[in-house]
Amino acid sequence: MQLVLEFLALSFVQDVLKILFILLLFAMPLGTFMTLMERKWSAAVQDRIGPNRANIGSYRGRGLLHIAADALKSIFKEDLIPRGADKFLYTIAPFFSFMSAVAVFAIIPIAGPIGDFKFQVTDVQPGLLFIFAITSLGVYGAVLAGASSNSKFALFGGTRASAQMISYEVFLGLSLMGLFMVYGSTQVSIIVEGQGEHWFGLIPKWGVFTQPLGFVVFFTALIAETKRAPFDAPEGESEIVAGYFVEYSGMRWSSFMLAEYIAIVGVAALITTLFFGGYQVPWLYHWESAPQWLVTLLQFGKFTSFTFILCWFQIQIRWTVPKFRFDQTMALGWKKLLPVALLNTVVTAIIIVALA
Amino acid sequence: MKFKVKKVDRSEGLKEALYIPGIAVGLKHTMRHFFRNIISKKDVVTIQYPEEERPVSRRWRGRHRLTRRDDGFLKCVACYMCETVCPAKCIHIEAGEHPDFSVEKYPVSFDIDELRCVFCGLCVEACPKQAIRMDTGVIGMAYHSRESFNFTRDLLRDAYTPNEKTKYTDADLPKPPDQQSALPNSHGIPAL
Repeated sequence: MQLVLEFLALSFVQDVLKILFILLLFAMPLGTFMTLMERKWSAAVQDRIGPNRANIGSYRGRGLLHIAADALKSIFKEDLIPRGADKFLYTIAPFFSFMSAVAVFAIIPIAGPIGDFKFQVTDVQPGLLFIFAITSLGVYGAVLAGASSNSKFALFGGTRASAQMISYEVFLGLSLMGLFMVYGSTQVSIIVEGQGEHWFGLIPKWGVFTQPLGFVVFFTALIAETKRAPFDAPEGESEIVAGYFVEYSGMRWSSFMLAEYIAIVGVAALITTLFFGGYQVPWLYHWESAPQWLVTLLQFGKFTSFTFILCWFQIQIRWTVPKFRFDQTMALGWKKLLPVALLNTVVTAIIIVALA
Repeated sequence: MKFKVKKVDRSEGLKEALYIPGIAVGLKHTMRHFFRNIISKKDVVTIQYPEEERPVSRRWRGRHRLTRRDDGFLKCVACYMCETVCPAKCIHIEAGEHPDFSVEKYPVSFDIDELRCVFCGLCVEACPKQAIRMDTGVIGMAYHSRESFNFTRDLLRDAYTPNEKTKYTDADLPKPPDQQSALPNSHGIPAL
């Protein structure tokens, strides 16, 4: 018993356990669930029923078995590498996509700290700069897949993806400048703690209230980073079939898809953390005698529910807004989001200086 | 040549340039559908085919049936009208002499190859006795063998419903000496 406790007290062991918990019990299940929910929810938007046929015997589970059916199918599907493709790059491209989608969860706190123990894999001091670095790596997934597939459609998709993702990283960073100024740090834990305060003891000091413009620009830029509608020109179903991963099949294709859905969850978790107070439950400070376990549970519940709602919102946006043409994507970014993000930064700076 | 140019009214200005009001209007519509369909499936137009079937019109031409007279015997008098008019040559009738003189002729065998049938309905129009009809409403005929599509007289005839005028039963329907037994089909459809 003593040995087990000592083993658990090792920070290395704790890190591994946190990674396993956040990835295997939070990010991956939610991402996998989203693959089905995208189809069910889009069906609801379009007055359809959605998938409900996969069954074991007569048990259908309201379509839930489609997740297992999809996974089984892609495992047993033939894994093709097209003739003339660069085998090495073709093989490692899905890893980049998947890795960048998953790594976002490394700095996201899913509940408040208890003493020294943080419900966060690592609270790196650069904080969000780490996110920017990781999302830049995600570009490689699309570019390598597009370049190595030996297919013109894939090459087009990869080109579009690289241009779009590199452009939108600019606004991704700029839109958060105001947030950094308001909370005085790039470190995630400090930003989340700052959002636990209240104005006049009533309105929580969430990022979405302190930085509404920054929120809009950041959300838009993140949707563009995940290459989802309305910014899905790199996939471009109507013109270039599936864009950069058109040649992929089987489990490699699935890892691209899964990466996309984990990225949705990642985006939702990131926006919850930065703009909706993260794990901070509003008005909870009134209840001072609350037991620690209940507070932690409430915090986790609040974080999870906000993440889920934002996942739903992204899917709803996808099925509402028509696709931007590629030049429109670029025009929206450089001509509209960039000035707005800069304006937001300047105005925030002026207000902060004026108040100080 | 003068071209007619239709001016499309594209509202411009800050509201359009911001995108967000437009997206909000779109979201209002999609969310209304979403929540209505999540709470109740009232708006859903899907017909879940094998369990539910689309209702067909009464005039919809489906599988044939052979009607009966009030006394329980088949209306068909084996006049060969339908066999003659059939453009697909899918009807094959053999006539026999009925012991009852008032009945005169009856079909000893009445086979329809539903695979050849083009469902034109000419046999129904040609029939002087309204003995053949296509109003069963059977939409999907899907079997595993070609033989299953060969519908014999005993598969086509209406269900036997006795009433006070009924004189004949199915056992009284004279069987021809070389009548093949009703061919089985994969769905085990009983003789109508």
